[in-house]
Amino acid sequence: MSDEEMMEGGVQKKFCYINRKAPYGTIYALESLEVVLIGAAFEQDVSLIFMDDGVFQITKGQDTAGIGMKNFSPTYRALEMYDVEKLYVSEESLAERGLTADDLLVDVEVLNAEQIRDLMEQQDVILSF
Amino acid sequence: MKFTIQVNEGPYTHQASDTAYNFVKAALEAGHEIYRVFFYHDGVNNATRLTTPPQDDRNVVNRWSELAAKHNLDLVVCVAAAQRRGIADADEAKRNGKDADNIAPGFRISGLGQLIEGGIQSDRLVVFGD
Repeated sequence: MSDEEMMEGGVQKKFCYINRKAPYGTIYALESLEVVLIGAAFEQDVSLIFMDDGVFQITKGQDTAGIGMKNFSPTYRALEMYDVEKLYVSEESLAERGLTADDLLVDVEVLNAEQIRDLMEQQDVILSF
Repeated sequence: MKFTIQVNEGPYTHQASDTAYNFVKAALEAGHEIYRVFFYHDGVNNATRLTTPPQDDRNVVNRWSELAAKHNLDLVVCVAAAQRRGIADADEAKRNGKDADNIAPGFRISGLGQLIEGGIQSDRLVVFGD
């Protein structure tokens, strides 16, 4: 069983969202963000992991004019206002794509694969998009 | 054990909804509880009663409806994802000025909060899809 903590008004669990896909080309990234924003109202312990092409979701300077899709990347900056502050990025995924944490539009903690595994092990609910 | 199931892919193009269905059926047969099945992304397309597969193939939508009726399952379709993809119940259709609705029996339209609540209330949340 998970080490659930009884909070006033209900259970608090560790929710982890794993974002693995590029922001455009499919709708997974956008609809994942919608879950995170709605989920924030439930006062759970939330973390987000960006890995594989998911790291592109939070790169700076996104311009979607050419593909006629909404650039929703500014919303990641607003996550802090929803008390979603635990953002983690895969070190290997960044390196494979020639990126560093400086290329990202939000403050993140860069973790290696082993650290990400440990983080995932601590979670109660994992939603992968 | 109490499960919430998330289905992220539409029927026929992807195995995920078949696998989710078989998982739900097997879990019920083994005596587990399915707290909720939540349809998201293209998974909302599992909920249109206009689906008409060839007669010699399985009917993915009817199969969910029948399982829901038999076991009193809570099949929830995400409203935002459904609106994008043209899945509506009578209320939603009316609210959005559409001339038809298409949700299959046993499904209901609600919000993403139902997914989070499922994760909170269940022992396991299992996601099917890419």
